[in-house]
Amino acid sequence: MGRRLLRNPLAVAGGLIVLVLFVAAVLAPWLTPYDPSDFDAAHVLEGPCALHLLGTDGLGRDVLSRMLFGARVSLMVGFVSVGISSLVGVTLGAVAGYFRGVVDTVLMRFVDVMLTFPTFFLILAVIAYLDASIWNIMLVIGLTSWMGVCRLVRAEVLSLRERDFMVAAEALGMKPSRVIMRHALPNAMAPVFVAGILGVAGAILVESALSFLGIGVQPPQPSWGNILTEGKSTLGVAWWLSVCPGLAILITVLGYNLLGEGLRDILDPRLRSR
Amino acid sequence: MAERKASGPAALALALATLAAASVLLYGCGKGAEEARPAREKSPLAAVVPATLDAAPAYGDAIVFGTIGDGSTLIPMLASDSSSHEYAGYLFDGLLEYDKTLSHLEPRLASSWEVSPDGLQITFHLRRDVHWTDGVAFTARDVQFAFDTIRDPKTMTAYAEDYKQVQRFELLGDFDFRVTYEKPFAPALASWNSMMVLPRHLLEGKDINESDFSQHPVGLGSHIFESWERNTRFTLRVNPDYYRGRAHVAQVVYRVIPDESTQFLELKSGGLDMMGLTPLQFRRQTSSGIFDRDFRKYRYVSNSYTYMGYNLDNPLFQDVRVRRAFTYAINKQELVDVVLFGLGQATEGPYRPGTAWLNKNLRPYGFDPAKARALLAEAGWRDSDGDGILDKDGKPFSFKILTNQGNDQRLKTATVIQKRLRDIGIDVAVRVVEWSAFINDFIDKRRFDAIVLGWSLSLDPDQYDIWHSSKTGYKQFNFVGFKNAEADELLEKGRRTFDDAERRRIYDRLQEILVEEQPYTFLYVPDSLPIVASRFHGIEEAPAGISWNFPQWYVPSASQKYTITP
Amino acid sequence: MLSYLAKRLAGFVPLLLGISFVSFLVMAMAPGTPVDLMTDLNPKASPEARERLEKFYGLDQPLYVQYGLWLGRIVKGDLGTSFSRDRRPVLDKITEALPITLFLNVLDLTLILGLAIPIGIYSASRQYSLVDRATTVFVFVGFAMPSFWVALLAMMLFGEQLGWLPISGLRSLDYDSMSLLGQIGDRIRHLILPVGIAALTGLAGLSRYMRSSMLEVLRQDYIQTARAKGLSERVVVYRHALRNALLPVVTILGLSIPGLIGGSVIAETIFAIPGMGRLFYTSVLMRDYPVVMGITLIGAVLTLFGNLLADLMYVAVDPRLRNR
Repeated sequence: MGRRLLRNPLAVAGGLIVLVLFVAAVLAPWLTPYDPSDFDAAHVLEGPCALHLLGTDGLGRDVLSRMLFGARVSLMVGFVSVGISSLVGVTLGAVAGYFRGVVDTVLMRFVDVMLTFPTFFLILAVIAYLDASIWNIMLVIGLTSWMGVCRLVRAEVLSLRERDFMVAAEALGMKPSRVIMRHALPNAMAPVFVAGILGVAGAILVESALSFLGIGVQPPQPSWGNILTEGKSTLGVAWWLSVCPGLAILITVLGYNLLGEGLRDILDPRLRSR
Repeated sequence: MAERKASGPAALALALATLAAASVLLYGCGKGAEEARPAREKSPLAAVVPATLDAAPAYGDAIVFGTIGDGSTLIPMLASDSSSHEYAGYLFDGLLEYDKTLSHLEPRLASSWEVSPDGLQITFHLRRDVHWTDGVAFTARDVQFAFDTIRDPKTMTAYAEDYKQVQRFELLGDFDFRVTYEKPFAPALASWNSMMVLPRHLLEGKDINESDFSQHPVGLGSHIFESWERNTRFTLRVNPDYYRGRAHVAQVVYRVIPDESTQFLELKSGGLDMMGLTPLQFRRQTSSGIFDRDFRKYRYVSNSYTYMGYNLDNPLFQDVRVRRAFTYAINKQELVDVVLFGLGQATEGPYRPGTAWLNKNLRPYGFDPAKARALLAEAGWRDSDGDGILDKDGKPFSFKILTNQGNDQRLKTATVIQKRLRDIGIDVAVRVVEWSAFINDFIDKRRFDAIVLGWSLSLDPDQYDIWHSSKTGYKQFNFVGFKNAEADELLEKGRRTFDDAERRRIYDRLQEILVEEQPYTFLYVPDSLPIVASRFHGIEEAPAGISWNFPQWYVPSASQKYTITP
Repeated sequence: MLSYLAKRLAGFVPLLLGISFVSFLVMAMAPGTPVDLMTDLNPKASPEARERLEKFYGLDQPLYVQYGLWLGRIVKGDLGTSFSRDRRPVLDKITEALPITLFLNVLDLTLILGLAIPIGIYSASRQYSLVDRATTVFVFVGFAMPSFWVALLAMMLFGEQLGWLPISGLRSLDYDSMSLLGQIGDRIRHLILPVGIAALTGLAGLSRYMRSSMLEVLRQDYIQTARAKGLSERVVVYRHALRNALLPVVTILGLSIPGLIGGSVIAETIFAIPGMGRLFYTSVLMRDYPVVMGITLIGAVLTLFGNLLADLMYVAVDPRLRNR
């Protein structure tokens, strides 16, 4: 698998982007000499220079530091919300596929309701109720994006149930739930993994959209989304304030997508090139 | 007070207005009869003005405003959002209005009035030359109708309080009436504003809450309702028979543009003629060539202030030394410089700078972190465990500042304060809450430590609702829970006193108490920063701002941009 | 076929009930009432005035009564009256906004499909070629840009700097005085930026979907057979494979409807377009329950019919399903 991935330069590029950003986010406190919340009234909206490589923002805070700490927040939003959605999606999907019948029908109707529901209405209502802390945002994004994974896992489990080896295993007296855990889920994991990687990218974009509406991660805590939203009002005077987070989001989301798509091409036998 | 006679330029304007009125009236009834169109051909009115006078006042042209949100109703007493009030301001006038210096009330629909010596009765005499734009004369019955309507419990208004103080309303004739108050009530006079006129002949017997009058009203103000495309555009045309003289700008258009960045781009590319700038835009984004050529910027004190309020029921803030220490620790000038880019001023109390009510002898606290630390130490707060945070009885001094979402200035203010308080060893978190939740869950239920918020200032100095100890209940406005016997007494006396000098003494003392007690740390008063396309002439900056003489704004015929064809 | 339709339609009822109940609950649980916003920290608003307003809107009743009343009205086809001070029927507000949103979305989708299908086909038939990689990067760059950021940049460039296109809105101020041709031109000029940006950011999803769908079909036996028969690759791809590869794309279209209705709030805000997303967003912020409920309901109905339509189309184009 590794060799096939390496043959796909786009996926490799994506993987590298993902890796570099991950490391940068982890090492954020050591990469920058500034505290991201340390403002400086004397140096407001200054362009990139030796002291501030990416300039300063409307309160004179170092943009590079805020970008690095924002990377932590944005990546965390991506990973945790995908974690939540995968957990919910895999569990419900496996349950629906395994039990079939009424359970399956009810769960799938529920998925339909969730898909019919305008996602951001839920997000808005929940954030109004629970306040827009980063944890609630991750929770809400996670809880509104599990339906795809759920359908995927259900289909996989359903088709596995029909296969001979499951019938054989049951005939041998093995508990079907064990079989599901042992054999069916690992088989379904590849597409879930790919969906997860793409989901991280999606969550980062959702967070930036929420920030635009004012209901994303709330400043003063930096996220790429809210740095970009601040940059929006300074487009004419401080290009670095919108270009940095804008490009960061672009490159990151692009990286995750290229990696995810590359992996899908490899992992999904139906798409493999002849 | 005597009725003002139209004279000089106003008389000329009136003459011109009657000239033009005929054509407008002929076509005025059809929907969309008047439309804005970029001037390729000259306005027909332009011929009236001698061509040699380049910048002479002329009629015609349109002004385009941007608004973040659309209005909802054009009946002032039902309106609750600022856009609605702004729209309705063109359609209705008050009986009286503050003058441009904001120091005294001057006649509008009322030509004069008398207050009885005991302050219990006000007699109004209305102008006899005012007509609703459907041609029906405006009389005291219209005022009485509005008065009855606003007091009717079925009317869904939030503004009935002032009028409930009235004991009796007597009609003395078609154009005269008298109101009698139970107790002397000084803010009464100013309350007879544009809320108080409604065309009785159109509304009597109808349910005002459900009336479609709110969507296409008949008024008597400087402009006439023309069309309203929801969430897109609101259009008014000039009222040729306006009793104070026909306004020059023939059409007023509000465009609904919800995003501020988009509004600014529209302004730059000519899609808007006027908007309020942010301090950043004023300082850094409007100094280039096109702005010097095509726009003029104005700057004057706004009518609101920003403060940090403490929940006085919270043990942390019950000690006045703590509150004073916080005020010492906050650098107000820094806030003005950073948050407002210097476009505003630090403030010590709740009155508008530049008005007579502001006590000019208030002692500013100044920025003094050392004093702040000393005061906190005096109050028992010390860093006994060496973690950099002050503590007392083993509990660290940490609290949360709340502010509402969507207000960048308040958020920045809270962020700067957070840092300054951290410097003297206070652990502060900042939390932003969506407006509706903010009011309902935190303010009304008084579930907050400290808040950064703002008040708009009315021109009357009465602030009974904000500071009186009887107003600390659920959903009332003394939500910080300020209770001070002397302040209560002053507030009660102040609203019963009509003599300005006496009132000033009362409110001067009130301000001293507020400065000593610091229930709020009063932070700053921002400036209003409107920008207007430079083709508009006749704009006069005054303490009231620039819009007070909008009917006198004009565009010289040579530079008119839109032709309003009758 | 008819009984299938009837069954599906009957299935809508519990679904719609569920959706409406959940949205009612969410709305009622959210803190704040419309009354708070009306009295908006206005010192002149007394608690009595608030109480009166609450009673007026029926907010003093228990929740289940409120929901029951709402349901009772819906059955009679009445969506109620907005809580906003304009007191306009919810239906009026929705019928103002819905055509705008639908029209824009149809344009977006047409443009996206028009680009995504050829891109997908081409990439699939030349997997891992330079063109495949270039289009992959291109569509993902479009997807990866925060939409409000691109929109603003485009407005700055085409609207402000170059002055080629209007910045916001759907019509010019002087629209009514234009000739018919001028009016059409004016409309088109206003649509270029919002539609173009929606297409740019939305291209990735469908084109990638098309690509994988095509890849999958191209590996099928019957395609191999067709190749073996000596048919040209062109004929194989466009005659035999395309039709089958389009099938899943049709389903995706049906599923994308709810996102179209709620998801346009950002574009509508930036471009000052008075569509459904904007209406929905402001109604939630204002706690205008009747409008929120109305939009959720209509959105749900549209989605369900969209899904149904997708399924029917699926049946129509897929010969294997036709006789069921």
